[in-house]
Amino acid sequence: MIYQDSKTLLEVRGLRATVNGVEILKGIDLTVRSGEVHAIMGPNGSGKSTFAKVLAGHTAYEVTGGEVAFEGKSLFELKPEERARAGVFLAFQYPIEIPGVANSQFLRLAYNTMQAQRGRDELDPLEFDDFVREKMKLLEMNPDFLDRSVNEGFSGGEKKRNEILQMALLEPRLAVLDETDSGLDIDALRVVAGGVNQLANKDNAVLLVTHYQRLLNYIVPDYVHVMESGRIVKTGDKALALELENRGYDWVSVEPRAAAGAAA
Amino acid sequence: MSAVLQNLVNQPYKHGFVTDIESDVAPKGLNEDTIRLISTKKNEPQWLLEFRLKAYQQWLKMDEPKWPNVKYPKIDFQAISYYSAPKSKKKLASMDEVDPELLRTFEKLGVPMNERAKLAGVAVDVIFDSVSVVTTYKAKLAEVGIIFGSISEAVQEHPELVKQYLGSVVPVGDNYYAALNSAVFTDGSFCFIPKGVKCPMDLSTYFRINTEASGQFERTLIIAEEGASVSYLEGCTAPKFDTNQLHAAVVELVALDNADIKYSTVQNWYAGDENGIGGIYNFVTKRGLAKGVNSRISWTQVETGSAITWKYPSCILRGDNSVGEFYSVAVTNNHQQADTGTKMIHIGKNTRSTIVSKGISAGHSNNSYRGLVRIAPTAAGARNYSQCDSMLIGDQSAANTFPYIQVNNNSAKVEHEASTSKIGEEQLFYFAQRGIGAEAAVSMIINGFCKDVFQQLPMEFAVEATKLLGFKLEGSVG
Ligand SMILES: Nc1ncnc2c1ncn2[C@@H]1O[C@H](COP(=O)(O)OP(=O)(O)OP(=O)(O)O)[C@@H](O)[C@H]1O
Ligand SMILES: [Mg+2]
Repeated sequence: MIYQDSKTLLEVRGLRATVNGVEILKGIDLTVRSGEVHAIMGPNGSGKSTFAKVLAGHTAYEVTGGEVAFEGKSLFELKPEERARAGVFLAFQYPIEIPGVANSQFLRLAYNTMQAQRGRDELDPLEFDDFVREKMKLLEMNPDFLDRSVNEGFSGGEKKRNEILQMALLEPRLAVLDETDSGLDIDALRVVAGGVNQLANKDNAVLLVTHYQRLLNYIVPDYVHVMESGRIVKTGDKALALELENRGYDWVSVEPRAAAGAAA
Repeated sequence: MSAVLQNLVNQPYKHGFVTDIESDVAPKGLNEDTIRLISTKKNEPQWLLEFRLKAYQQWLKMDEPKWPNVKYPKIDFQAISYYSAPKSKKKLASMDEVDPELLRTFEKLGVPMNERAKLAGVAVDVIFDSVSVVTTYKAKLAEVGIIFGSISEAVQEHPELVKQYLGSVVPVGDNYYAALNSAVFTDGSFCFIPKGVKCPMDLSTYFRINTEASGQFERTLIIAEEGASVSYLEGCTAPKFDTNQLHAAVVELVALDNADIKYSTVQNWYAGDENGIGGIYNFVTKRGLAKGVNSRISWTQVETGSAITWKYPSCILRGDNSVGEFYSVAVTNNHQQADTGTKMIHIGKNTRSTIVSKGISAGHSNNSYRGLVRIAPTAAGARNYSQCDSMLIGDQSAANTFPYIQVNNNSAKVEHEASTSKIGEEQLFYFAQRGIGAEAAVSMIINGFCKDVFQQLPMEFAVEATKLLGFKLEGSVG
């Protein structure tokens, strides 16, 4: 929601980034203020996930130009874990499996790390167990997932729910959700969207990467951006998403469709 | 490899310091006179001197083994001093009498021995260099007839037991290093659990090599009579030196009918610096004889130190229905080399063995599992299950698995599983994105990987092992 007294949370100016010497992000500008929900759409390979991972500080990507400020501080000066502790959360498009590490242990360490960062009490395993089970109930998640290894053998939709569970535990200032809706069945979509809406308030912000209008029926965006070949080529309100759903991307494209495909 | 991983695996050794206690050191070199000197210094009976001399004669005719997957410069056995003892050899009645310098050493090692012994109910037989300095809880153990102390003492006080079992599992000419050990061993632990006695507490020994260039030749002998059981813990750390130190220990276990011996090791000797200079050479022969029916020998080891590890704790399953177990975590890093594993020799009927090996290699290290499962023609109904998992950290380390399986009985069943995994940047990034730094992330992944082995360790030791892996992989991340 757009508030009158909102503060600038994220300020991206002319962001460029390469991977293995290939430029993927070619000058991104974006301002996200507290309370807002932004959707980023765009064809496959246009750089949406790359943008999300660059914000989170993935070391495979080299930032070659531009600035990113988070709550007025340059993000580039922070290590990935420091960005996370500052409140930047990324729900991954493809959450990785971590065999041998119990989900409950992982969730508790992440939670307690954040609690310590915020000067709040950490929870011991028993306290945390009660706490996390409550959160899981809200997401209609089976508590059996606590005993399994992190994401190991989880179905696509289960992985996505586990991401949202982490978001609910960590209460980020800026949540970047990379195609969290992909792979979710209709009920799961409603549950997950409910989880996101519950978190959203006037002090934080959500950046949704999605291909589909159906998520935006549940989480209504204040702004919709279209990304193409590493740039944001169009910005509008929620009506833009509906229009994209009907007309596809060609009409917003700044370059011939074939060229956009080749760039990807 | 990323800077994060580089930093993580390049850890300075925390236990690198030399304790300043006067040592009584024999001149360097090895010949019959050296052996006679050791034997005389230790006031040994004639049969033991003959045991040593026989071993020495066999050793002279043997060559260093070339088959392990390790490389090191040729060892000059004449440049080693074969005897070194702290000068204060008198027996101490209480902890207060222990050299404060020694106590400080243990404190630095994180082994608050006095408290630990009392609180945890662990009897600690401390081997400092080669002579036993203090033995705790001895009286309490003696009440139930358990003999626990140094092997030198046992030679004086229970010569018949030592004579009966010494060399009965690992013969003097078994292999190059065992022969050397048999010739020159200076001290070690002796433990005897009489018939029907369940040892009321875990028995524990901390080994420590303390004199530069003094070879360390420990000799350990543990006997569990019919129906007896014992859990024995061995832990090691060593100070930091630039010259390589040879360590060639021999451990023999004997389990009679229905007896049960559990032997756990956490090993953290100096591994050399990040360029592979210095460090301990650890060439160990450990073997258990499950001699009686329904007997059990269980080895658990957590190997984190040494420049070179050459070690195959083995079980000879002679008694019908006897059980052999081997649970191992071997961590190598920088330029460490480990060639370790086990041998399960099935002789008796319905003998069973389990092997769980977890190898972790980081830096430029090389970590090999080498395991033999042999089913003799007599071992009808024998079963073995082996699981060998390797984990690589970074992309310059190596892991190898060399399983040897020899089945000579059709009714036997042998299963082998192996896997290799890698701690990848993507996993570390996932942790980082949840606020968890690389150090904590690696520690969590490694502990998960080693869970099946850590579960086998006695409680206090499991905590220690987790900490050691932490030491090994912690560091300034960034
Ligand atoms: N590590 C990498 N190595 C090589 N190419 C990469 C790497 N990461 C991303 N790319 C390339 O960068 C481009 C943008 O990828 P990205 O994942 O950001 O797209 P996306 O917009 O998220 O697509 P989708 O909608 O399919 O998820 C693609 O062409 C991709 O192949
Ligand atoms: Mg993507």
